[in-house]
Amino acid sequence: MLFTQMVTSFIAAAGFGVIFNAPRRVIIQCGAVGMAGWILYYLLSDGGMDVVPATLFGAMLAGILSQICAKLFKVPVITISVSGIIPLVPGGASYDAMRHFVENDYHMAVQLSAKVMLLAGAIGMGLMFSEVANQTIKKIHAARSRST
Amino acid sequence: MMDRVLIARVSMLAGKIMLESGAETYRVEDTMNRIASAFGLENVQSYATPTGIHFSVDFAEVTNFIRIQNRATDLHKIAEVNSISRDITSAKISINEALVKLNDVDRARLAFPFWMQIIAAALASGSFAIMFGGDWPDLFPATIAGGVGYAAMLGAAALVEVSFVAHFAASFILGILAVLFISNGFGANVDKVIIGAVMPLVPGLHITNAVRDLMAGHLVAGVSKGVESVLTAFAIGAGVAVVFAF
Repeated sequence: MLFTQMVTSFIAAAGFGVIFNAPRRVIIQCGAVGMAGWILYYLLSDGGMDVVPATLFGAMLAGILSQICAKLFKVPVITISVSGIIPLVPGGASYDAMRHFVENDYHMAVQLSAKVMLLAGAIGMGLMFSEVANQTIKKIHAARSRST
Repeated sequence: MMDRVLIARVSMLAGKIMLESGAETYRVEDTMNRIASAFGLENVQSYATPTGIHFSVDFAEVTNFIRIQNRATDLHKIAEVNSISRDITSAKISINEALVKLNDVDRARLAFPFWMQIIAAALASGSFAIMFGGDWPDLFPATIAGGVGYAAMLGAAALVEVSFVAHFAASFILGILAVLFISNGFGANVDKVIIGAVMPLVPGLHITNAVRDLMAGHLVAGVSKGVESVLTAFAIGAGVAVVFAF
């Protein structure tokens, strides 16, 4: 089951790399980052964690890996992180919410919309945390090299 | 002192390409400021929103403005502009070379061919149907419906300028396909097939980008992107709901 999830999330993230026209040499990395983020999310939510914090941690891992890949392969972080977080993005839920709105089921629709906002916020926070961590490490390095 | 108008042209062209390719607004402003200060301008002010860029240098000078018409996601162009801006800040290329290079990037069509995008969308759709808890019989219906839906979106987008209509038509077509597949015994859960198939269309990325812009303090950009993505999600939900209404 875990293996299936790994393969499908890799294909999904790499496929989105092609749709978003990522540079050809980082398509595989996009898939790998997407797989790592999704598997962490899958394991955490399977282990009983709520989906919002699980998404937060998944996005954080995807963000950190994107930063590392961007440095290694000399591309902007966004080219990898965009496809890397795609498996976590609440696309299905946002479609579901809108469908319930259109079908006059406002009760369910508002609940789902709130969930979408929370999940999107968790992804935004996860990516922002990884960016802040990267900048902090950079600043500590700069301060160390100045003091020595 | 280099020609101020030329410098403004270079940095605004860089900003325009990045915004049209879907970069975050704070990155666009940062790149424009770096380019302008690399050419020796001081007190650079840039302000980017999803629909336009303002750029000014000094109180005595004029302010320039560009309107952004079309927005898509094209990460390759963002990477290209990024490497040109690195070359500029490390003084590897002159301002005229930078202008020529940016014009090339602006005109180039770097995207993957359409058939490849459609295959990628189809494979991603099938994968999502499994990832979101679908059973194996759902794999092929979701793959086919996702590919056809994405192709319909590309085709409709070429015919009509309004992306709302393109998304509505695409999700209507893939909804019909999914329901036909399930009613003929091809696939198990209609919900999983549809959710997998709409994933290449839904603006999940825009929702996330909007939240990031809001958190970074870019309130205008965040709100406008958020509204854009809600509108797109509405078009998709409506397209599928029309199928279920029959």
